[in-house]
Amino acid sequence: MTSLFEEVAPSEDDNIPVRRVEVRLNGERRAAKVEPRLLLAHLIRQGFQLTGTHTGCDTTNCGACTVLFDGEPVKSCTMLAVQAHGHEVTTVEGLATASELHPIQEGFKDEHGLQCGFCTPGMMLAAKALLDHNPNPTEDDVRWALSGNLCRCTGYQNIVKAVLWAAEKLRDADPGAAEGGDE
Amino acid sequence: MTLDEVKIGGLGASRRRVEDNRFIRGKGNYVDDVVLPGMLHMEIVRSPLAHARIKKIDISGAYKIPGVRLVMTGEMMAARNLGWMPTLSYDTQAILATDKVRFQGQEVACVIADDPYIARDGCEAIVIEYEPLQPVVNPMQAVAPDAPLIRDDKVNQTDNIVFDWEVGDVIGTDQAFAEADVVSEIDMHYPRSHPSPIEACGSIADYDRSTSKLTVYMTTQAPHIIRAAVSLVAELPEHMIRIISPDLGGGFGNKVPVYPGYVMSILASILLEQPVKWIEDKSGNLISTGFGRDVYLKGQMALRNDGKILGVRMHTDSDHGAFFADAQPSKFKIGLMHSAFACYDIPNAHLTARGYYTNKAPGGVAYRCSFRVTEAMFFQERMVQAAADDLGMDQAEFRRKNFVRDDDFPHRTPFGFLTDSGQYEKCLDVGLEAIGYDDFLKQKEEAAARGRLLGIGISTMTEPLGAGNSREYDILGIKMFDSAELRVHMTGKAILRTGAKTQGQGHETTWAQIVAHELGIPAEDVVVEEGDTDTAPFGMGTYASRSTPVAGAAVSMVSRKIRAKSRKIAAHLLEVSEEDIDWELGRFYVRSAPDRGVTIQECAMAAYSNVPDGMEPGLENNAYYDPPNLTWPFACYIATVEVDPLTGVWDVLRVVAVDDCGVRINPMIVEGQIMGGLTEAYAMANMQFITFDADGNCVGGNYMDYLLPTAWETPGFELHEVVTPCPHHPIGAKGIGECATVGGPAAFVNAVIDALKGTGVRNIDMPLLPDRVYEAVTQHHDVSGAPPVKTD
Ligand code: FES
Ligand code: FES
Repeated sequence: MTSLFEEVAPSEDDNIPVRRVEVRLNGERRAAKVEPRLLLAHLIRQGFQLTGTHTGCDTTNCGACTVLFDGEPVKSCTMLAVQAHGHEVTTVEGLATASELHPIQEGFKDEHGLQCGFCTPGMMLAAKALLDHNPNPTEDDVRWALSGNLCRCTGYQNIVKAVLWAAEKLRDADPGAAEGGDE
Repeated sequence: MTLDEVKIGGLGASRRRVEDNRFIRGKGNYVDDVVLPGMLHMEIVRSPLAHARIKKIDISGAYKIPGVRLVMTGEMMAARNLGWMPTLSYDTQAILATDKVRFQGQEVACVIADDPYIARDGCEAIVIEYEPLQPVVNPMQAVAPDAPLIRDDKVNQTDNIVFDWEVGDVIGTDQAFAEADVVSEIDMHYPRSHPSPIEACGSIADYDRSTSKLTVYMTTQAPHIIRAAVSLVAELPEHMIRIISPDLGGGFGNKVPVYPGYVMSILASILLEQPVKWIEDKSGNLISTGFGRDVYLKGQMALRNDGKILGVRMHTDSDHGAFFADAQPSKFKIGLMHSAFACYDIPNAHLTARGYYTNKAPGGVAYRCSFRVTEAMFFQERMVQAAADDLGMDQAEFRRKNFVRDDDFPHRTPFGFLTDSGQYEKCLDVGLEAIGYDDFLKQKEEAAARGRLLGIGISTMTEPLGAGNSREYDILGIKMFDSAELRVHMTGKAILRTGAKTQGQGHETTWAQIVAHELGIPAEDVVVEEGDTDTAPFGMGTYASRSTPVAGAAVSMVSRKIRAKSRKIAAHLLEVSEEDIDWELGRFYVRSAPDRGVTIQECAMAAYSNVPDGMEPGLENNAYYDPPNLTWPFACYIATVEVDPLTGVWDVLRVVAVDDCGVRINPMIVEGQIMGGLTEAYAMANMQFITFDADGNCVGGNYMDYLLPTAWETPGFELHEVVTPCPHHPIGAKGIGECATVGGPAAFVNAVIDALKGTGVRNIDMPLLPDRVYEAVTQHHDVSGAPPVKTD
């Protein structure tokens, strides 16, 4: 590969050169030396080879590249990799555990919330951010929370249903959480 | 006991999708996810001008950048006889511009480098001098006396006209107009739009000198056509070319044509003997690849006072951009535009069509559409509403009066198609009932008294899906049939391959359901594979809603061949003659002793272990399906809206969709297709269009200017169904993928125009942006034509 990135071993060394980036990616410490201009989306996709994060535009509009950055949804095509240094990044690959899908993933499958699947990872992460804050969303809450993500296939109705399905499942699993959220 | 078809995932099961298992985990395999060892990256330099002569290209700067491996220009391509390539419509298209650029965004040079960032740096370092020429940005300018000749590269081309074409009966139609009580007229423009799948185009070409084999991963809806095209363009033997279309992030017609970027990556890989990846950026995709629509439509309808339509005249002026690069059946220059009015019983019609070259990207692809059917049906339903208004008739009653009756099939349309079946009036009734038609009309009146503008719009149509029978349908002479190959393994599990190519339609799920229906093998025991030309049987690909009508039919037919062989094996196992055997789902049994039987799985095992004397072992076969006719689904879409007269903003109140697409293989997936289509219909009516300024600058070349609806704007949809099985499709199915995109826009536009009834406004061209609606409301006139663009 080229000078764009080179994966290196994680280390405790705080005295990090500008081009060394260390992130907690889906719970795992990963580090790389990168060109300062490298976009976070490209570090994730080409550098760390997690290709579930997609890129669909050049203008921060489509949301296909959405990841969670310290729990908040961000468009990883519009962040530099170096800005992620020291932060937590969750991608679609971090949603499921080894044995179990996340309810949002189950909901998308069960409610036919995807067709070509290209927008899906971004949609699911935007949905996760919503449900983490608001376990009891209304249809309008869901539509608003996903309005930074474009889908050309589904017409959104089933995506909305999928998120509401997941919300219900999460509430059933943890009734206490439904009271909470940070509304 | 007989198998429960729905339980084994057969016909009618809303089976959850197989492909989702990888997509929801982020494990899809799209072109950009493919990484080959030693892979280089290509980026493209595009023209900033719409029409200009290329004076000089200086590439020396690019080669000074470490990591740049190769720079290609038109001159280099031309030296290898690759300056131009044939299009799918018997025209030619520049791969890299040599003499001049003919649209903004045209490919002028490309840089291959170690990574995409360096390739971009290389592009920046190339200096190109242009001499601007006068641009032509619409059909009117194309035929102006002082219009420059766009295609001066073509020997016999002396003007900017691509074709003149006509169909129908001119004498009969003239007669109908002579007898008419009322003649209704309408002029409209269907604006340029881009299919815009979220994933743009891309390819990875991998030429291996040691085997002479070229493998290309490519975003294509039609891998086999591409293989043939690459073989012709690059002069490589077809068996040494392998096209792999992996997971596609949507297509909608955008991924049918052959794009210069694909060809450049192939040549670069051949020259460098390394894999070369090209991933198009979104602006490149929006400004240079297959647009849809961009047609000016004029029409007249001859009417009797009682509401009977006597005849129709249509004329279309279509803007094809700089190269005629649509993928159209070669007989029909303006696609299936002449399928208009197929659901109405109209004795006479005549259509004339003229195509134009302009300084715009090549357009006219079938954007979620069966070859111009979208324009045809929009025109039809706008014309029908205008005619009903002119006659002072209720728009529903006017349609009802002119529908083809249920007992009148097959029905010959005024332009010569043969529609196969339908229950048009029933669909309309289901729609009117669902929306509460009479109540809404009352509501509308009451609202009007208080100064509020409510409107209701109806769109009813049948469209031809599933091109097509080989007598009439071909692309570049290649007949439009399709294929399936089925291998049943000895344990009764199977692999199915087809010549189609899914891009979200869910073939991996639904094709297995057809096998389950035909053979009783549970759908989960059938794996489906498409998109690799080395393994899939030849097919014309997936577009124009042709997969279920053609490839889906082939899946049925190949399954039946497997069943026929299994029957012989069953007779052998049961030691009776074949005539004494009956079939129920998944099992053959002795007619006189139904308890004695063998399952399809037992037959499969026997095919590999105990075949009757003289029978070839194994259980596999293929089928090529040449459909006897197109399939004709019917749809009734009804929208209600409220227009705000103070701002021109309109809100959708409700959308009711009644679709009759025959037998539904997987109802969940069918409904998904309809909702996706309705969203694109709403988008086109409301916001989505690409336009050009006077200099030919594309406005809409990124998602900030090209508005696509989000979850927030998109209305909710209420779906209903009517089922009229297709009489000639093996399982009675019809196409559905595009119906809502085709029929939907007129429902929204008709609703807004209905809300303005009485103000003198007969037409507002799409998209119905607030400023256009406001202008119509306040000035009481039509707002037509391509939206003007204000530039500083
Ligand atoms: S790729 Fe479109 S928003 Fe990031
Ligand atoms: S599923 Fe295709 S873009 Fe959303």
